[in-house]
Amino acid sequence: MEFIFDMVENEDKIKELNYIIQEKRTQKGALMAVLHKAQNLFGYLPIEVQRIISEGLNIPLAEVYGVVTFYSQFTLVPKGDYEIGVCLGTACYVRGAQALIDEIKKDLKINVGQTSPDRRFSFIATRCIGACGLAPVMSVNEEVYGRLEAKDVADILNKYKND
Amino acid sequence: MMTIDELNKIKQATLPNMSLRDGTEGGENIKSTFKRQVLLCRGTGCTSSKSDLLEKKFRELIAEKKLEADIDIVKVGCFGLCEAGPIVVVYPEGTFYSHITLDQVDRIVEEDLIGGKIIRELLYKGAIDEADKIKSLNEVQFYAKQERIALRNCGLIDAECIDEYIAHDGYFALQKALTDMTPKEVVDTIKESGLRGRGGGGFPAGLKWELTAKATGNQKYVICNADEGDPGAFMDRSILEGDPHSVIEAMALAGYAIGSDQGFVYIRAEYPIAVDRLQIAIDQAKEKGVLGQNLFGTEFNFDIEIRLGAGAFVCGEETALIASIEGERGMPRNKPPFPANKGLWGKPTLINNVETFANIPQILLKGTEWFKGIGTKESPGTKVFALGGKINNTGLVEIPMGTTLREVIEDVGGGIPNGKKFKAIQTGGPSGGCITAEYIDTPIDYSTLNELGSMMGSGGMIVMDEDTCMVDIARFFLDFTVEESCGKCTPCREGTKRMLEILEKITSGNGTQEDLVRLESLAYSVKDASLCGLGQTAPNPVISTLQYFRDEYDAHINEKRCPAGACQDLLEFYITDKCIGCTKCAKNCPVSCIDGKVKERHVIRTAECIKCGNCMEVCPVDAVIKQ
Repeated sequence: MEFIFDMVENEDKIKELNYIIQEKRTQKGALMAVLHKAQNLFGYLPIEVQRIISEGLNIPLAEVYGVVTFYSQFTLVPKGDYEIGVCLGTACYVRGAQALIDEIKKDLKINVGQTSPDRRFSFIATRCIGACGLAPVMSVNEEVYGRLEAKDVADILNKYKND
Repeated sequence: MMTIDELNKIKQATLPNMSLRDGTEGGENIKSTFKRQVLLCRGTGCTSSKSDLLEKKFRELIAEKKLEADIDIVKVGCFGLCEAGPIVVVYPEGTFYSHITLDQVDRIVEEDLIGGKIIRELLYKGAIDEADKIKSLNEVQFYAKQERIALRNCGLIDAECIDEYIAHDGYFALQKALTDMTPKEVVDTIKESGLRGRGGGGFPAGLKWELTAKATGNQKYVICNADEGDPGAFMDRSILEGDPHSVIEAMALAGYAIGSDQGFVYIRAEYPIAVDRLQIAIDQAKEKGVLGQNLFGTEFNFDIEIRLGAGAFVCGEETALIASIEGERGMPRNKPPFPANKGLWGKPTLINNVETFANIPQILLKGTEWFKGIGTKESPGTKVFALGGKINNTGLVEIPMGTTLREVIEDVGGGIPNGKKFKAIQTGGPSGGCITAEYIDTPIDYSTLNELGSMMGSGGMIVMDEDTCMVDIARFFLDFTVEESCGKCTPCREGTKRMLEILEKITSGNGTQEDLVRLESLAYSVKDASLCGLGQTAPNPVISTLQYFRDEYDAHINEKRCPAGACQDLLEFYITDKCIGCTKCAKNCPVSCIDGKVKERHVIRTAECIKCGNCMEVCPVDAVIKQ
């Protein structure tokens, strides 16, 4: 699945990114912070955005790409409007998170790490989000649902499908 | 400028706002500003179960009834008993309400806050004793065996209010050190206390401070490691959410002790609430003059900056963390040189974990003798554990070192749910191992856990019952380390991958005894030859399960059977003689592999079964089992 980055449509955001770069360029080790902000702006880090950062911070593109692909929070594909996350921390796993994953896969017809073609949903398996007391948990954007069973998944997803 | 008089003034002015709550020193003799106080947990756990909405509702109702002057709503950090969330505690009684929902807020306001009557059915189940007497928060069994040092303010003070921290003697340790002690005396105090690093390795903190203090350099750095990546561990997050100032104060103390004026907190981006609270706390500390230039009228300056991680477990390793702050891929570097001599940007750097820092102000205030009086001789003090998995009271517990596993599981944790049998406890996350029922009376400290082939790690404690397959757990952890291996050194990058492949082969029923031999020898090679702690400890889950649960590996290999009934590929669904012949299972089977007549026992043709589990779900008499 290819997603195309539109430079014209994103003009304002690119301006803002350049402003952030100017602000941070004297700070030591600014790359991570700039990448975080850029991802907040665009939702992902396409090669076009990485190129702007590389030129702005005077860091080789290969190095920028190296950092982006090293850390699991940075993504090269856009996220959906709703990002579904299932926690795969130990506590959640022991309490049956795998069953939630299987159910979501079946329901949304996308695999972990993918975004649906209409960009409505993306699906990730997250590291421990620290809500271990509520295990197993899934999250939709910022919203966290805890103490789940596989049969609860459909209801939760339906809330967002009809939105 | 902040002075001791000013600190005392703030303390005296703030205590009346806090004196209703248990745990406020001398609280009973201070006249309270308010008649009642409602404490709401706003840690990540309870906020996930909507405590933010509860807070809003409480505030609205109190405002509506014009009771603001009498009834105060306080948002606090984690109480520790996350299983009972969202938690609401009402003072002065210490009434402990659990699992509160939005529509119950009305009742609490009407009946308890206004009517003065405790609502029994909303109480936490452990808050009513055998004699039907209501217990207050601190009398509940979960808290009775705990001793809170690192978590002492969590769930007690408003984490976004620096005055409440000061009222609990906050920043007094910093004041004392800066005005009465030399940097060397501070280092010696920490050394003398015997405090060991709480992040995993258990390296003596004082020694680290001394080495960094002695290192030469025109610039030194203090780093707080808040990259808490161990799945199932969340004590660092809770401290930052519930008591961020204790970490800030300790970092400033460390700065003074080693001669540094700049600190960094490297924190996971997955912890948005903790990041926010920490930033608020740093801003407040600067505003109050306990962070910044010429602290307490001395020459000492100290500033703290937050740096966000981006989801890489290996960055919890100190040299990888340093690389990440420098803006690079978070790959570990060779040691030596150690960070104490050559750390961030090549300068001497002190790195301690959040929980380690949280102990430090208390040690300076109360003295080393007090600290050494808690815990064991080898490992003084307490340790916070994140209790999770198959246990009744999931949450955070802080216990003195030397407490036995049994006490933690049975007394504090409240035992295993659904009457299942305890099988093992996993400590130390992906770097640790499993400890079996046989060793349940072992007192917990760094060395005893190591001897059992596990480790303290950051303090994750996952309880497993008879339904947990130990081979599958080993596979789960290896899956984690394979994903998180940074790829720099070959033993870890290739070795963990091959180990995972062998484990997958075994859990899918294709393993052989030769695989076990290979797995074991590979495990020791990876352990011996990897560059950093991640690789050196990655085989631990395999080694310890092989040691204690070899019979389960054998069952997977020889009998193609998973004794715990967890490995999907090895499961067979089976209909027992409880079957009443209702035909529901046969009708719901997507591949029609169930035979049987009405009112007769049904049979599954296992060769055709796709193991979807539908039959088990629809059976009205639980006659379908997995085996």
